Amino acid sequence: MLELDNLTKSFGGLQAVDNCSLKIEAGKITGLIGPNGAGKTTIFNMIAGAMKPTSGRILFEGEDIAGLPTHEMFHRGIVRTFQIPHEFGKLTVLENLMVVPADQTGENLILGLFTPGAVKKREEEVLALAEDTLEFLTLTHLKDELAENLSGGQKKLLELGRTMMTDAKLVLLDEPGAGVNPTLLKQLGNMIRRLKEERGYTFCIVEHDMDMIASLCDPVIVLNEGSVLTQGKMADVRKDERVLDAYLGGGEEAA
Amino acid sequence: MDQLYGYSLYGLSLLTFGGIYAMLALGLNIQLGFTGLFNAGIAGFFVVGAYVSAILSTAPSERHIGGFDWPIPFSLVAAMVVSALIGWAVARICMRLRADYLAIATLGIAEILRLIFKNETDLTNGARGVSYIPKPYESLAQPWNHVMMTVVVLAIVAVLYFMLERARKSPWGRVMAAIRENEDSARAAGKNVDRLRVQAFVVGSAMMGLGGGMMAHHLKFIDPNAADPTTATFLVFVMLIVGGSGNNKGAIVGALLMWTIWSATEIFTSMLPGDLAIRSAYIRVFLIGLMLQIMLQKFPQGLFPEKRLETGSSG
Repeated sequence: MLELDNLTKSFGGLQAVDNCSLKIEAGKITGLIGPNGAGKTTIFNMIAGAMKPTSGRILFEGEDIAGLPTHEMFHRGIVRTFQIPHEFGKLTVLENLMVVPADQTGENLILGLFTPGAVKKREEEVLALAEDTLEFLTLTHLKDELAENLSGGQKKLLELGRTMMTDAKLVLLDEPGAGVNPTLLKQLGNMIRRLKEERGYTFCIVEHDMDMIASLCDPVIVLNEGSVLTQGKMADVRKDERVLDAYLGGGEEAA
Repeated sequence: MDQLYGYSLYGLSLLTFGGIYAMLALGLNIQLGFTGLFNAGIAGFFVVGAYVSAILSTAPSERHIGGFDWPIPFSLVAAMVVSALIGWAVARICMRLRADYLAIATLGIAEILRLIFKNETDLTNGARGVSYIPKPYESLAQPWNHVMMTVVVLAIVAVLYFMLERARKSPWGRVMAAIRENEDSARAAGKNVDRLRVQAFVVGSAMMGLGGGMMAHHLKFIDPNAADPTTATFLVFVMLIVGGSGNNKGAIVGALLMWTIWSATEIFTSMLPGDLAIRSAYIRVFLIGLMLQIMLQKFPQGLFPEKRLETGSSG
């Protein structure tokens, strides 16, 4: 579904991502792990269009999409969430979801003012979708609350919810589990699994919680210093000497 | 009786000026209140609108280009269009700048426009300005000419209010608020943030141009001092912030209230003995600034805080 081909991103002299090539297969939950500074978030940002690669290609369904702006990526079905929740604070929870869908007649100022019928029709569809999503997220009771008043965990759910407001093909989750309590983490994991099965989403997850990765992801891709170190099932990756080295700061000196 | 008559005329004048300022505050509300764009160059768009409508509607004159004798409604539309075009050009250049930088850039552009009008003598008569600008219903007898002017201004404000409330509650208003709240997230939701921002900036600029045009017709005279940032930018900011940024009703109430305070303080300060009366002009500005400080510290959301829709229905 998505293929990175010799992708490179340098910041000044630093190669954050260095000739990285990997594949994300449709219908799977791919985990992207690696120590801090391995280039995970940079890769995410490039796939999501928030950063332009220095060189290399990003092939999505066979087409090179490297360097397209974020909103273009969205319309192709690539949706992302943020490590730190990026809610629209002064909008209600319901509005946070309703703002997402594409093709909203009412987002055109002229049509919005002069074709109330068409706007209303689309608004009803969007509202219905948002209410379904809230129910899925178990946030229905908070729908009229301003998003800035939600707890950290609820904001994380809302992040996930926004990806459900469009026909996403590939969903990039940036540390969905960070700062989330164990109960909610389990719930979040179940939601991700359900979305994969019921809606056929393909996920790519960056996460530091290894238990979450182990329970959700197959395959797991390990990055180190900007390129792929190894990949495979979590159980195998876990035993890999090189992975341990990378995480523990490696080599004999450290030991 | 005469005294009452005088007070009524003063009241009409407050409503007229306050109403014209309300157009500016509503324009700023679209930019700052809805979308989070810090336009510190209101004076520029205001003065462009004033000159465009003035020159198009006056009778031919040797002191400046034209005039072209256009009917006032047409010259006002032209004022909006020209201000919108300048807004578009400014927005295209500045829209990638973040809040404070956008403010600095727009402030600079407004000053450039003011200096052009001041020094340019062939087209707009330089510092001496444009006079004999026609005023709606000015041929009516006293006090009906004043009454009708007030009615025209308030009617325009009412129409703007109605349309902007519709816009605010529509998905357009929602996506603008989303951009204001979190730009990255709006981009990740597939919104073309740059294009939408330009849109908000252009619509707001058009309204400022309309306000400028109305001011030119009301005063029957316009000169480059109209672009003084104190009265044409700063005061409008105070109006919106006191009224409630993001709230259209707040913008209008803030404009009427602050104009009344601004105007009424002049009555009191003019009663002071000679020397103090001259210095008191600065005290007015200081008092307005102080009021802004207090509002921002104690009531940062203004008199009418922004309201979100319950249950999201477009009702």
